[in-house]
Amino acid sequence: MFSIRYPVLGGAYFLAGRAAADVKQRLGDRGLPGEMVRRVVIAAYEAEMNICIHAVSGEIEVVVEGVQVQLHAEDRGPGIADIEQALAPGFSTADAKARALGFGAGMGFANMQRCADTFAVCGGAADGTRVTMSFIPRPQEIMAGGST
Amino acid sequence: MRLTEVAEALEAKVVCGCDAGDPEVTCVGASDIVSDLLVWGKPGMLLLTGLAHPSVVRAAHLIDVAAVVFVRGRTPSEDALALARDLALPVLLSPHSLYDCSGRLYVRGLPGVIPAQGEAARTLGPTAQVD
Repeated sequence: MFSIRYPVLGGAYFLAGRAAADVKQRLGDRGLPGEMVRRVVIAAYEAEMNICIHAVSGEIEVVVEGVQVQLHAEDRGPGIADIEQALAPGFSTADAKARALGFGAGMGFANMQRCADTFAVCGGAADGTRVTMSFIPRPQEIMAGGST
Repeated sequence: MRLTEVAEALEAKVVCGCDAGDPEVTCVGASDIVSDLLVWGKPGMLLLTGLAHPSVVRAAHLIDVAAVVFVRGRTPSEDALALARDLALPVLLSPHSLYDCSGRLYVRGLPGVIPAQGEAARTLGPTAQVD
């Protein structure tokens, strides 16, 4: 088993995505199925961008045990007042700067849910936000094999 | 379609990524929204976009896009180009609009990426039937 933590700085768009890129490299090196790695990377990127766009700072942790991957994202930020609303595709509170950079489409949580095998989000208003996801290889991914 | 053929079709200049050789492009996606790219992007895809920011370069690399074309004359920042060079991601600049670039490639038979609902992304060529 190994785990790695990535600090994420709110508003640091020029650094955005570096954690996800490192996750891609590390999981690929471990020989996990290519499509599974792709799902983890997309989810990691969306989690990283949520911190960058909405929070002051946060952290992403990736834990790999055998072929199972867990991804935890936690931030220090305004939290989410209405989680059900936040989970709705298309809903976003991203500011103008984020939207000008191509973000704020409101698909972050939807993409995470689509990619992860389990997904949970918690954190009320002003409490910060915590997202937990897990991934295991899907049958078609094992058959396809390959690594990214 | 080879990237050199794409460049010719779009009257595009290759500004970096020449070291990647002449990769094969399997399909095309067009968007200015990063999350869209993550939903339907696929390896080997050519991305057409007017969003000339490092964030797009990073996202494109994460999903193994073959190359990125910045359209309508948009000049990427030095940060974006530097990142593309670091990632060995080919970047092209076309003077044509997103619509025109899409059309130029479509009539040359390059299929588009169509987002499926609840399924893996699939591609259709210009002669295929639409469900």
